[in-house]
Amino acid sequence: MLDLINVSYDTQIPNNVGLSSDKKVLKALERWHPGYINWWNDLIPQNFQESMVYLRTAVSVDPKGWAKFDYVKMPEYRWGVLLAPQVEDRRIPCGEHAGELAWQEVPGEYRNMLKRLIVIQGDTEPGSVEQQRFLGLTAPSLYDMRNLFQVNVEEGRHLWAMVYLLFKYFGKDGREEADDLLRRSSGSEEAPRMLGAFNEETPDWLSFFMFTYFTDRDGKMQLESLAQSGFDPLSRTCRFMLTEEAHHMFVGETGVGRTIQATVDAMNKAGITDPYDTDKIRNMGVIDLPTIQKKLNLHYTLSLDLFGQEVSTNAANAFNAGIKGRYMETRIQDDHRLQNDTYKVLDIENGVLIEREVPALTAINMRLRDDYVRDAAGGVGRWNKIIEKAGIEFELKLPHQAFNRKIGVFAGKNFDPDGNLVSGEDYDKGITQWLPTHADGDFITSLMKPCFEPGKYASWIAAPKVGIDNKPGDFEYVKLHMA
Amino acid sequence: MTKRIDFQVDPTAYRHWKVSFDGPVAWLTMDVDENGGLFDGYQLKMNSYDLGVDIELADVVQRMRFEHPEVKVVVMQSGKDRIFCAGANIRMLGGAAHSHKVNFCKFTNETRNTFEAAEADSGQKYIAAVKGACAGGGYELALACNHIMLTDDSSSSVSLPEVPLLAVLPGTGGLTRVTDKRKVRRDRADVFCSTEEGVRGKRAKEWKLVDEVIPNSKFDATVVERAQEFAAASTKPDVAEGITLTPLDRTFHEDGSVTYSTVEVQADRAGRTVTITLKGPEEAAPDDMEAFTAQGAQAYMLRLARELDDAILHLRLNEKELGLMVFKTQGDPEAFAAHEQLLLDNAEHWLANEVLQYWKRVLKRVDVTSRSMVALVEHGSCFTGVLAELLFAVDRSYMMEDEFEGDNRPIATITLTGANFGPMPMGNGLTRLQTRFLDDDAALAACAAVKGEALEAAEADEAGLVTMILDDIDWEDEIRIFLEERASFSPDAMTAMEANLRFAGPETMETRIFGRLTAWQNWIFNRPNAVGETGALQRYGSGVRGEYNMERV
Repeated sequence: MLDLINVSYDTQIPNNVGLSSDKKVLKALERWHPGYINWWNDLIPQNFQESMVYLRTAVSVDPKGWAKFDYVKMPEYRWGVLLAPQVEDRRIPCGEHAGELAWQEVPGEYRNMLKRLIVIQGDTEPGSVEQQRFLGLTAPSLYDMRNLFQVNVEEGRHLWAMVYLLFKYFGKDGREEADDLLRRSSGSEEAPRMLGAFNEETPDWLSFFMFTYFTDRDGKMQLESLAQSGFDPLSRTCRFMLTEEAHHMFVGETGVGRTIQATVDAMNKAGITDPYDTDKIRNMGVIDLPTIQKKLNLHYTLSLDLFGQEVSTNAANAFNAGIKGRYMETRIQDDHRLQNDTYKVLDIENGVLIEREVPALTAINMRLRDDYVRDAAGGVGRWNKIIEKAGIEFELKLPHQAFNRKIGVFAGKNFDPDGNLVSGEDYDKGITQWLPTHADGDFITSLMKPCFEPGKYASWIAAPKVGIDNKPGDFEYVKLHMA
Repeated sequence: MTKRIDFQVDPTAYRHWKVSFDGPVAWLTMDVDENGGLFDGYQLKMNSYDLGVDIELADVVQRMRFEHPEVKVVVMQSGKDRIFCAGANIRMLGGAAHSHKVNFCKFTNETRNTFEAAEADSGQKYIAAVKGACAGGGYELALACNHIMLTDDSSSSVSLPEVPLLAVLPGTGGLTRVTDKRKVRRDRADVFCSTEEGVRGKRAKEWKLVDEVIPNSKFDATVVERAQEFAAASTKPDVAEGITLTPLDRTFHEDGSVTYSTVEVQADRAGRTVTITLKGPEEAAPDDMEAFTAQGAQAYMLRLARELDDAILHLRLNEKELGLMVFKTQGDPEAFAAHEQLLLDNAEHWLANEVLQYWKRVLKRVDVTSRSMVALVEHGSCFTGVLAELLFAVDRSYMMEDEFEGDNRPIATITLTGANFGPMPMGNGLTRLQTRFLDDDAALAACAAVKGEALEAAEADEAGLVTMILDDIDWEDEIRIFLEERASFSPDAMTAMEANLRFAGPETMETRIFGRLTAWQNWIFNRPNAVGETGALQRYGSGVRGEYNMERV
């Protein structure tokens, strides 16, 4: 009998989808596999490829089994195809087919829409690995390096997950799309990644933490909404991906938190109470809180752009078709069809921010963004707790949604972080206080010195409270290969 | 619709297009201003277009030929990131009246045909340099170019998503050009036209949807290289300087009438009739093309063409209830012939060629104007050469016979010239006389034999050049009754009947584009599956799918 909980290792590709008896898909995946390995090998600097990294691998998709830790060389990591268990009698949760049995095969009429969603999702996964490819060289500790690689291999696995769906359900077109996922590359002139945010380099570790906190959280929201899909294999895939994504956000939240911890500790040690005493603070080799706020502003606003236009036809179509739901769709108390409902979206009228009622279907993106904003606020509160506990008067804030936007109704408008429309002059004056300057970048880069001794951390970041897999503080998370 | 749509644009005030020149290569950049829509209620996102965008394009194309004869290659590209052009704006179409949609499609088709023919007519070759999504009307823009280059960045694609997305057809010749011009195999065309996301990369080339696919990193350089190659290979003679198309001299009147320097448009809204009178030249013909060029846009033959063109467009879009157009001319036939002769004798001269080609286009514009059209050959008229072509373009013509009491104007004549025997073909590739005498070579030969002669009514009737000749006794009543009767018929039946009768003879890509495709498109534009309250076009953007009546018609 097919074991759909435990991961099967009887093929080259670990899986819980019975690949060994699905020759067609297995063949396609095996043909794609070398290209993937080449992509990985070309990506991460060679000495890291040879290093032994303490990574977790899923051996089953139930809570007990999906985090087994061991040392592995990354190219030998067993990227697998893992779907959450099938829920019996699952129904399409939203749209015009709400209440009908979930699709186990792709419905012809929605094939293209589904394929596009999967390809866009798939394109972001390797995109972030590409953006982060050089960070290992400046890791502030082996612990952080291990976390980076864990995030990277799992993003790689998420690519696998999407590619599996393309192979299994989208025939020849799907195979071509899967090849193109390896052809496109972040920041490439030849074939860039599909979404703009995934073509920007991640220049330093604070950016990486901000990225994993804010941008991966967008990824989480997208996965949450795809997990509601009426196309059951997509739903099951995304549900399992979410368990991994949670770790990425943990890396982001604790990374920023530990950066703040190092800063406030250093300030207290030196008896500095003014968080704006920038030069003194920076001289201690830590990142001043206002600069952290600027980084937060940047990454948060870039991530808001990933939700697209406030009013969106594509999102409306996908919801109505039942192939993408809302965050926690099944817990929402309404008719799940939204054909006669409205939703409030922000807009500008005569230079003033207003709330406008629009058809709820077209505001699906906006609603997900609102959920995201609430979700993102949690960690910021916990960061402020660290500052408060240290007795420093400073509060990190999420800027207003209108600030620094490139997509949507606020794009190109001069809003300050409090959501006031300001003059061009005031905007130019304020912007150095609101977003990281090149000089800030230079300073942060100057701190990015590798710290590869077990149990040691770079000056700007505090040690974690607990080790991965409960390992002690001086655990050698990465056994570096020194060629 | 209270706002008058103006087809004259100030080239220094384009909102949607940028043109720059580099010797024989012009760079035409589409960068549509989102908030520059002709009407309220939609934004022109993602380089989508409405009539206003197309009016500017038509102006660019026209000026390219008259003002920039040094240009041999025009590169059409997008000023937006990751999008070439998303086609006609869907919300605009969803909100527009049926008549506006049809007129919009017609005008955009004429503009596509114009730049498509620019290579053959004027030696100006259009290249589409496609980066980003090129969908629907966007791909149709590219299809009308003479060469399509597509970047291979694994996301740029060409597509005609109208059927799967909107339940309508591509409105500017997309289907026809895919099969007839690009010779895409019909089963592949079927796949292509029913796949929303279209085709990208090497397959686009393999299927002949584009001429070349170029690696993204080399794309910009290759486009420059190709443009220069084409310019170097061009046989278009070098011309140092063009002429300026100065603003038209025209006055709009309260009652719907318009006065141009050589065209009088007299509206009779109660009678649903408009009379368009073209005036013969007042000045002598220029001695040579140098003198003609010096006159520039003021030269009579060019001025008349521009004014007639503008009048037709104005009436089509702004005066939809004036269902019957009456064409008249007044002037000295010999003087007109002298002006025309200068152009025909110097057809090799770039400007003479441009003016003649322009007349060809204006006459085609008349051909496809969906109004009942009649020409009245009155005493004192000058239906000579290209003006005589109007007689063969309209649905019927009436001519005055013998002297009329109290009318001392010169007796009505018709004069055929070289212009009637070749340089002004219809969309079907034949001259209007060939179309008129389809399968009657003797009649055609008889016409050729009287070329240059001023034919009076009986002779014109004999030659088959007019529908009916009427003398002083019958003229007034017959004409009145005809006009009243014509204006009373169902406009739909008239449009359909006239379009059927006007284009006898062989099919060409052009007749197929106008005839077959616009007929189907206009049918779909009236069907609930597209435009009903629950149709796909109305529902587009709401997230809810169109509901289709699944019965095949």
